[in-house]
This record gives sequence, structure tokens and C-alpha cells, in this order.
Amino acid sequence: MSDLAVEQERPERAFRLSRLKLSGEMRLIICLALFVGLLSIAPLGRLVYAAFFTDGSLDLERITHILGGRRVLQATGNTIWISITSTLLASVIGTLAALLVGMTDMKARTAWVFGFVLPLMIPPQVTALAWVQSFSPASPLLAPLGLTLEPGMRHPLYSSGGIIFLLGLYNAPLVFLSVRASLRRVPANLLEAAQSAGAKPLPVVLDIILPLVRSGIFAGAALAFVSSIGNFGIQAMLGIPARVPTLITMIYRRLNSYGPSALNDMALLALLLAVLTIIGMTITGWLGRQGDQRVDGASITLRLSLGRWHWPVATLAWGYLAAVLVLPLSSLAGSALVRGYGQPLTLDTLTFENFNNALFRHEGIREAFATSFMLTGLTVFILIPVSIALGYFLVWRTGFLSKLLHLASELAYALPGIIIGVAMILFFLRPLPLVNVSIYGTIWVIFAAYLSNYLALALRPILGGFAQVDRSLNEAAQIAGAGILSRLRDIVLPVLAPSAAAAAILVFMTAINEIQTSVLLVSSRAQTIGPMIIFLEEAGSSTLAAAVGCLMVLLILSLMLVSLCFSKFLPKGVLPWRD
Amino acid sequence: MGAIEITGIHKSFGKTEVLRDISLSIKSGEFVAVLGPSGCGKTTLLRTLAGFEKLDKGEIHVDGRCLSGRDIHLSPEERGIGVVFQNYALWPHMSVEQNVSYSLKVKGMSRTERTQRTKDVLELVGLDRLANRRPADLSGGQRQRVALARCLAMQAGVVLLDEPLANLDVHLRATLEEEFSRFHQRSGATMFYITHDQSEALALADRVAVMDKGRIAQFATPSKLYLEPSNEMVAGFIGEGKLMDVSNLTPSDDGMAHANLFGKPIRLRCASSASARSQARISFHPSDLSLATAKEEGIPATVKRLTYRGDHLRAEVAPVPAPDVSLTLNVAPPFSIEQGQHVSIALNDGWVLPDPQFA
Repeated sequence: MSDLAVEQERPERAFRLSRLKLSGEMRLIICLALFVGLLSIAPLGRLVYAAFFTDGSLDLERITHILGGRRVLQATGNTIWISITSTLLASVIGTLAALLVGMTDMKARTAWVFGFVLPLMIPPQVTALAWVQSFSPASPLLAPLGLTLEPGMRHPLYSSGGIIFLLGLYNAPLVFLSVRASLRRVPANLLEAAQSAGAKPLPVVLDIILPLVRSGIFAGAALAFVSSIGNFGIQAMLGIPARVPTLITMIYRRLNSYGPSALNDMALLALLLAVLTIIGMTITGWLGRQGDQRVDGASITLRLSLGRWHWPVATLAWGYLAAVLVLPLSSLAGSALVRGYGQPLTLDTLTFENFNNALFRHEGIREAFATSFMLTGLTVFILIPVSIALGYFLVWRTGFLSKLLHLASELAYALPGIIIGVAMILFFLRPLPLVNVSIYGTIWVIFAAYLSNYLALALRPILGGFAQVDRSLNEAAQIAGAGILSRLRDIVLPVLAPSAAAAAILVFMTAINEIQTSVLLVSSRAQTIGPMIIFLEEAGSSTLAAAVGCLMVLLILSLMLVSLCFSKFLPKGVLPWRD
Repeated sequence: MGAIEITGIHKSFGKTEVLRDISLSIKSGEFVAVLGPSGCGKTTLLRTLAGFEKLDKGEIHVDGRCLSGRDIHLSPEERGIGVVFQNYALWPHMSVEQNVSYSLKVKGMSRTERTQRTKDVLELVGLDRLANRRPADLSGGQRQRVALARCLAMQAGVVLLDEPLANLDVHLRATLEEEFSRFHQRSGATMFYITHDQSEALALADRVAVMDKGRIAQFATPSKLYLEPSNEMVAGFIGEGKLMDVSNLTPSDDGMAHANLFGKPIRLRCASSASARSQARISFHPSDLSLATAKEEGIPATVKRLTYRGDHLRAEVAPVPAPDVSLTLNVAPPFSIEQGQHVSIALNDGWVLPDPQFA
């Protein structure tokens, strides 16, 4: 290298104090541990402590008194019954849909999948509102058929059956996505072998496919269960008027009635809800692991021909979408376009006043939109880099600490958001040490809850991205002398950009409309858009609530469509609404 | 620059011992190949040198500087050792020029100096016209040159190469092997080349370390490995070596020895320290066997199988005194031999393995 000879300065570093000085990676993982520790582990720990200890002592009598109370028992019973039955409904619908899409030659699959997954993206409180209004005289579908409710009649959805029905429909896409992912791994030759053994399509499905996708069905059911038990929007919108108390609405109503003085009781109820959630997840997880479903070989999808069944099946499939999508959403739009709830939608009653009010006049709504946008944007801005750094340690530096952080973030995501809400109140009620400022009642406590709640959601697509990246790219940068932060910025981030974008979209779409985390944390000073619908509906402004709901659906739809435009750069399976 | 001193290193993953007491002393500027079957620990050895794995025991010094040892572990980014990865690990989002100059950039070199150095390096490896291409638009050979240019740019005194030709087809290999030799001459760097392909190792390296089950079986020049293997593993692994037992070994003073193979007297090479014994193991290669001429007293054998290999016939024969043993030899044209035929074969050269009891 004589022609390039530049004297290389290589300081004698062998005897430096390497024992004391922390490497860059060590410092980074400590920062990550502080982040997750402060935002997830400590608040949840505080919740557990507050549930058991009042004023520093363990009062067993109080605990048995609360948990044994008639109303708590009733709410617990309702919670378990509603979660299990709605999970069953979601599993049946989701599995059938996945078989239809994954195994048959149904036409226009992409559009159908988009429509089928769409309800999952619509905030549940909007879904509930839309369904409630689908029997109103403004409904463009049912009103012409005369199928509206007379004023004063009990709404059929205001019942535990109604809650189960809506939760089942809402969570069916979760099971669908999980089963579809399993179906894609089933090698076609297993099915061809069954066919050449003389099996007709129905036995092929029952004897070969269902056993092979069993783990997918149960994994989806576990997700549906967790989602049902923690779904505040539907349980509150239907359960409170119907007087069907569940744990989640009980926590919400008691906190509203008694304020922070009831926090210890709330913590106990939240813990009970958390325990039920974890038990449900564990049981479904265990059921999914039974039996051997290991398959190998190329997974080329085999499509069974529907043949003469094509038209009946297509009618059923598209009819389902019309029922669960068009019916409620058109009613929601109908309600938003009339002046007062109960008016029929005609050319005379048509008005855009509600949208005008929602967008420009009503200061609370405008500020709630602004707050939600800002908090969601900030959350994405913080969580994406954090997830990339955490993903780095999880995929390329497996260690005990990073696994613990992963578990904590998963727990904070899986537990119902309202539990995080209670934990955040408990943790941030007192002023922060050193600065002596309390963030309770401000938007920053909501921000902290978002960071805690959505870390796992941001992490998933990024972990998927890491799995596709050759780790030697990182090692080559180490060889070149780049420290951990330079490597993350110069090598990992550009290579992972598509997955990071997908993570950003998912977090943004989930957080912008969420209700369960912030419903306990909002105050007169800090409003987000998600709970706004419940407050408006409770205040009797149904048409305004419908207009806000329409705006939220439009926002979600446009985000989904924008994401579809660059989906070809994304790893497969990252965007759930794309087939 | 670039003398490597590895002393007594150990490395385990869980209960599996991957490296056991490995010591190697490599001179500055030497081209060393580490050769071994898959799973012998050679990649782990490279990764400990690069700093990706910590040692359980032992030390690694380069030019007197301790890189790994008790309580010392310099991270890979502090070592200044170049690595050519198996798949080259070119950063897909950077151009050729950016790939090459990245190490200079993170070192904090000024832009002008960086550009100049990168340009020189790219010219040297003949990539100056492709400076703005992305790795995806390069051929296999060009990618390898980018990987080498990265090492050149960072002026690495030691370059580690992790089976860089393993995934390539035979025709490309020969060209790229040449490239490594040229790079070695040009940079003067110490090369540490991991491979499972012995023809590659023997062709490229000044010295080859044969690894087996986490240990160094032998570390010597290619010709010494071929002609004077120090144990059965090396003897059997290099050049289709064959092991045989002989009786009545009597060394003479000139490094040669007499012994009996299947009752026939043969002449062998042996170490000067070899002593006379009744039983000994020898090793030889197919090329050391030939069909005996009429004058010679060969070993009677039966032809079991013949395989046409173009310029020669490969014959598998079974000696009449030991019909279970199979010997392989190459027969030059004209081919006047057929299956089942009785022949007489001669062993022209062989090496007496050191007695393991005294080793």
C-alpha cells in the first residue's frame, strides 16, 4: 500500500480502563432499559402495589370485600361470558373468511380482503355508534325498508347479546389474519396428496387444512380474546345504556364518580382484568400448541375451484361486507347529515352543519383533533428510533435484559389500555421528583401512556424487517470502525426504512383514534379525539358525534389508501389490509 | 504490520467447546489459510479475531497490541482489522464509493482527503468507473473487489476472509483466487483466509492451519501438509490421503525407512526422529501408487472398479492379501486394464506418520 501510505494513528489502547468504561452498546441498552422501565415496568409495578397495599399495609379484608362484592362478581361474570362468546363468534367468522380467501378461486379477493379487514381499523366506539344508528330513520339502507326503530323502543343492540355480536364482528379480522398467515405456510403438495387419495374439497378442508392451521386459529382467538376483554369503545357505548356492567366500564364509571380517591380499588379491579386477560391468553396459547403441525416444503397456495358454487358463495361473502360495513357506515353518514337525531334523511333535511361544526365551530373537537395529531406524531417520532434500537438488541444481541424489555413492552401492549391508564394515573399523580411538576391532567400523561402502550406495536414490523437483514451488514460497519449510533443511523435505519414506515403507519392509525388508553386520562385541559364521541353521545349530540365518527373513518381510509400506494416496498404481511 | 499472536484460546457456546487451546503465530504479511471440514470451528476462530466473539481463555495480540485477553476485549470497531464477509456484506443503500469511504467517514477524515483516498483505492482495484453504482448492479467479481477495496481504504494491517468463494461457481473461483493473491501483494497485509476447500487453501496460502474439532491439527506450508502430515486426520484430509499399517519399520539415516506392506518390502520417507518399530502407520496419495513394471516386485491386487476421468483412469483395486482394503490409483493412457483383472501395484512414495505415543 506504499502509494497510499498514510501513517496510521492507532493509539495504544490495550491498557486503557476498558473495565470501567462502558461500551456504546452498553450505554444504549441502559437507556432503553430506563425508557421501558420508567414507562412500562414501573407504572405496572405501581399498579400491582396499589392494588394490594393501602397506606403501606396489606389489607386482605378490603381486597376480599371488593372482589367478593355482588356488583364486581356480576361485572366479572359478564366480562368472562362476553369475551369468550365473542371470541368464538370472531373465530368462526375469521376462519371461514380465511379459508374462502386462501383456498378458493373467489374473484376480486384483494378488494374483499380490504373490506373485510377495514372494520378492525375503524375505532370501536365509531363502530358501536354506527351500529346504534343503523336502525335510526336516517339510515339509507333500512329506512326505505321500514326497518327503523320507533322512538321509545328498546334498541336491540343495547344488550349483552349486542355487545357480543359487535365484538365478534369487530375481532373477526384478527382471526382472519392469523389463519391466513398459517394457511400460507401449508404446502400445496399435502393437499394434492389428499386429492389424489380421492378426498373431495370438504374432507380436504376438514381433515387436512383445519388441523394444519390449528395453531393459527388459536393464535387469532387469543388476539380476539385480548381485544374483546379490553375493548372499551363497544363495551361502554352499548353496555352503559344497556346496564350490562363489565369490569372495564366499571373502572371507568367508578373513577368518574369517585375521582382519584378510589384509585386503590380501581387498581384492584384493573389487576383482576389483567389476570383474566393473561389467563385467557395462556389457555388459548396452550390449546394452539397441542398437536404437531410442523410442515416443510414450498408453500405454493392451492386454490380449490368453487365451480357452480361460485355465485352463491360470492353473494354470501359480499352480502356479509354489505351487512357489517355498508349498513352501519351509511347510517353513520346518514345521521351526520341530518340536523337532529331521529330525522329521516331526505333532500330537505340534508345539511352539512354537523361537519361544519365539528371541523370549525366546536372548539373542543378542534383541539381534540389537534392534540391527537400532535401526540400521535410525537409517539411515532419517539417509538420508531426506540424500536429500531431495541430490535437491534433483540435480533442481533440476544441477552437477558433485552428479552425482559421485550416482554414488558408486549405486556403493556396486550393488557387492556384502560389498565395502562390506571397505572399512569397512579404513577404520575404525584409531582415528578426533581422538577416538582405534576403531569397528571395534562396531555403529557397521555403521551407517556401512548409510549408505553404502543412500543410493542411499533416493534413487530421492525423485528420482521430485522429478520430479513443480513447481520453481516452491521458487522461490516463495525469492522469499518462505526460506533453503535452511527451504525443504527447509517446502516440499519436505511436498510429497515420500509419496515419502519410500516411501523409508523400502524402506530399512527392505532393511536390517532384510540379510546381505551386515554379515556381515563383526558381532562378539561387535555382532550383527545377518541373519547370525544362517547362524551358527545353522552351529552346527547348524536349527530355531531356521527359527524366526528365519519371524519375519523375518512382519516383512516385515506391513510390506508396512501399506505397501499407504496406497499410494494414493504415486506409481505406487514400491512394487514393488503392481500 | 500485522503480526498475529494467538495463544491458548478457548471458546464454548453453552456446553459445546468450539475452540480448544488454539495457538498460532502468524508473521506480518503472511497469507494464512485455515482449512477444515464444516463445524470444525474455523468461522468462530475468525470471529474471535475480528472481535465479534469474546474469549473464554487465552489471548490475541496483533503487533504486540492485546486485542482480547483477560478482562480485555476491544470491540470490532476499535480493532482496525479488515473482514471480507462470505457474501461480502456490501451496504445495499450505498454506492460503491460510499461503501469504500464509510470507514474513513466514521473515523472523521475530512471530505477532501476522504474523496482522494477513496479515488486512489478504487483506481487501484479497477473500480473507478463504477464508483456511483449500487452493489445490486455489480457482478460477483466486482462485488468482491468492492469488499477488498473497503479493506484497502481502511488500511487494515490484517484482513480476515470468511469463505469468500464458497457460494460461487467454479469458473469464477479461479479468477477471484487470483484477485486475492494480487490484493495480498499490493497491500502487504496479513491475510487470514477461512475455507473448507483444500485446493483453494493450498493454492493461495503461504501456510495452512488444518482445523479439526476445535483444535489445530497441523500448521505448516502446503507442501509439508501434503508430503509430511503430522497426524492421521491431516493425512486423510489432504489430497485424498490413504492410511495403511506397515510392519518392521527400520529407518535409515537419510530420512528414509524400509518396511513391509502386505509382505512386500517398500521404501518410505520418515522424520529424522523416527525410531525402528514393529508396527507403524503410513500415508500416501493416489499418485504414489502405480502399476508395477515387469521388473518390480509389486503387490498383487484385483481391479474392483474403473472410472473414466478423461486424462486418466481411476482404478480401485483390492490387494490379494487383504481383499477388504481398497486402494485408489490413477492409470495413465493407453488404458489396457479392465475390471476383475489381476494386476501388480507398486507404492513409489509414502510418509511414516509420527508415532502418536511419542508425539
